Amino acid sequence: MAAAALTSQLNALVNNMFAMGLLDDQFQQLQMLQDSTAPDFVSEVVTLFCDDGERIICELSRQLEKPNVDFDRVDSYVHQLKGSSASVGAQKVKNTCIQFREFCQQRSRDGCLKTLDLVRTEFYDLRNKFQAMLQLEQQIQACYPKH
Amino acid sequence: MTVVDAESRFHVLAVDDSLIDRKLIEMLLKNSSYQVTTVDSGSKALELLGLRDEGDDSSSSPSSSSPDHQEIDVNLIITDYCMPGMTGYDLLKRVKGSSSLKDIPVVIMSSENVPARINRCLEDGAEEFFLKPVKLADMKKLKSHLLKRKQQLPMAAAAPDKPPHKPDEAAASAAAIAEAATAQTDGIISDCSCSGSSKRKAAAMEQEVISSPDQRTKPRLSSTSSGLAVET
Repeated sequence: MAAAALTSQLNALVNNMFAMGLLDDQFQQLQMLQDSTAPDFVSEVVTLFCDDGERIICELSRQLEKPNVDFDRVDSYVHQLKGSSASVGAQKVKNTCIQFREFCQQRSRDGCLKTLDLVRTEFYDLRNKFQAMLQLEQQIQACYPKH
Repeated sequence: MTVVDAESRFHVLAVDDSLIDRKLIEMLLKNSSYQVTTVDSGSKALELLGLRDEGDDSSSSPSSSSPDHQEIDVNLIITDYCMPGMTGYDLLKRVKGSSSLKDIPVVIMSSENVPARINRCLEDGAEEFFLKPVKLADMKKLKSHLLKRKQQLPMAAAAPDKPPHKPDEAAASAAAIAEAATAQTDGIISDCSCSGSSKRKAAAMEQEVISSPDQRTKPRLSSTSSGLAVET
């Protein structure tokens, strides 16, 4: 059955995300909160995280390109990204944000730029996996007729 | 009094500038059968509570501290600490400094475990301090504050004052909750008939709450802020 194959594919993907340390138990909290009254909760929050993260990473690149970097401003953007990552359970991105904030406090432009590269790679890797996850969920839903 | 009936009426005002966190806290609260209204800033929270932005504490505007001017009846406020403009701490001070709002329990959430900050919030009247991300298990602690508040109503005057939390206690309990979260959550996921757009629902709730006179009565809350209240 197609749905069963898709479901096992989805489970394998999510398990792999946990195994690789991309996600932590906060993501399980989101999954637990999703029920019949809010069937799209996880996908809504994940989509918000993906959009928000992309916006913040673009803004960070722009801030760090300036001749006089406003490190407090950079720090406040990293703080936002750290908060969103923590809320969806994006463990790896969150941990890199913690390092990033240390470089902001040290006023280290090089440190910030390096960490931005790292957080960007981690974020887009996670986003690709989240998108694959949402796509599989949609395909699974499409296997079942609407009630 | 039947506990379930009392709980089902609890209305929580959640304040957070992050949309993701508003969604999360809203779901957490709804899953625990609370009515929820969310706003994205402390000033909007005060507006909703009927507290004007200027001169709320001054005697020149006595009307602003009158309960008649409270827009909606809120049983508990849960607010993020770190917000642009008015912080969660500023909001706490405004609420506790208002004669009409000071009895509403305030819970502060923050992603940063800064003991001095936690202590300051608890000393200045916050009931509880949650480390973010907030979990289902934390919602159980809210219930104890709300129930404590109801139960204390007839004997509020006799309730003894207790010393405020120590920050390490709060941090330790938050950590303990985090660890126990997976194990404990089963019991508090309850059926929730909430559905549809939260905004519309919140608006509907406001109407409902305003039109219900018995809920306007503000029970007095003693200054106990112990987080060790027995779970019911």
